[in-house]
Amino acid sequence: MDLSMKILIVDDFATMRRIVKNILKQIGFSNIIEADDGSTALEILKSDKIDLVLCDWNMPKVSGLDMLKQMKADSELKDTPFLMITAEAQKQNIVEAVQAGVSNYIVKPFTADTISEKLKKVFGE
Amino acid sequence: MDVKLINPFISATVEVLETMAFTKAEAGKPYLKKENVATGDVSGVIGLIGEKNASVSISFTEMCIVKIVSSMLGEEYDSLNDDIKDAVGELTNMISGQARKMLDEIGYKFDAAIPTVIVGKNHVISHASRGPMIAIPFNTADGSFTIEVCFDET
Repeated sequence: MDLSMKILIVDDFATMRRIVKNILKQIGFSNIIEADDGSTALEILKSDKIDLVLCDWNMPKVSGLDMLKQMKADSELKDTPFLMITAEAQKQNIVEAVQAGVSNYIVKPFTADTISEKLKKVFGE
Repeated sequence: MDVKLINPFISATVEVLETMAFTKAEAGKPYLKKENVATGDVSGVIGLIGEKNASVSISFTEMCIVKIVSSMLGEEYDSLNDDIKDAVGELTNMISGQARKMLDEIGYKFDAAIPTVIVGKNHVISHASRGPMIAIPFNTADGSFTIEVCFDET
């Protein structure tokens, strides 16, 4: 994994953004930005070069799933790796996310090791 | 109320706190709660929508949640503030999600609303669901908290 890649964390709870950011920093990433809703995240994605999105599902305005669908419909964004980090862990949720093209799926609660393993899978390591 | 609807919330609470905040929580004996004054100083409340609608809350004493969030974020807190309020919302969200996953596995599907957080001594928790309010007290090394689960009666 390229540790200089630019990562966008999207979650409406600052607590979760902090936890995920701390784990990413422990792994060695330093180029990390945040958004607290899907709408803001999409604006960032259109104006900035983002290499990886880690996104919650259940958010006000634009949900993580809707954000993923919008990215997949955009030729500039469709190939950006998208990792869903969510408390939505029912089978139907995972099926919907996979059908929408999610790169991988992390269920809250999670450990630092889980994030590290899923990132390796996303980047084929 | 069917115990199989309650147990997932107990298991989810223990699992979320252990995984995210490295805190061991031990459940006490469930009881029927009659009044809506919270047992704690800060509460997260979330509505569940399904075949039977439900409402779930988790109410922490100040000492307990300050320690839990300090452990969760790796920073020392000494009193309630916006960071702790936000963390209670996310803990409520995670416990609801984990419990809904377990309920899904036994055939009950629920969607969840966005959690709300209430702060203050003797605040009131208004469950949207109209049914018996089952309270489960928990103890940790740093204090106590209570979850309340309320399913609509059919």
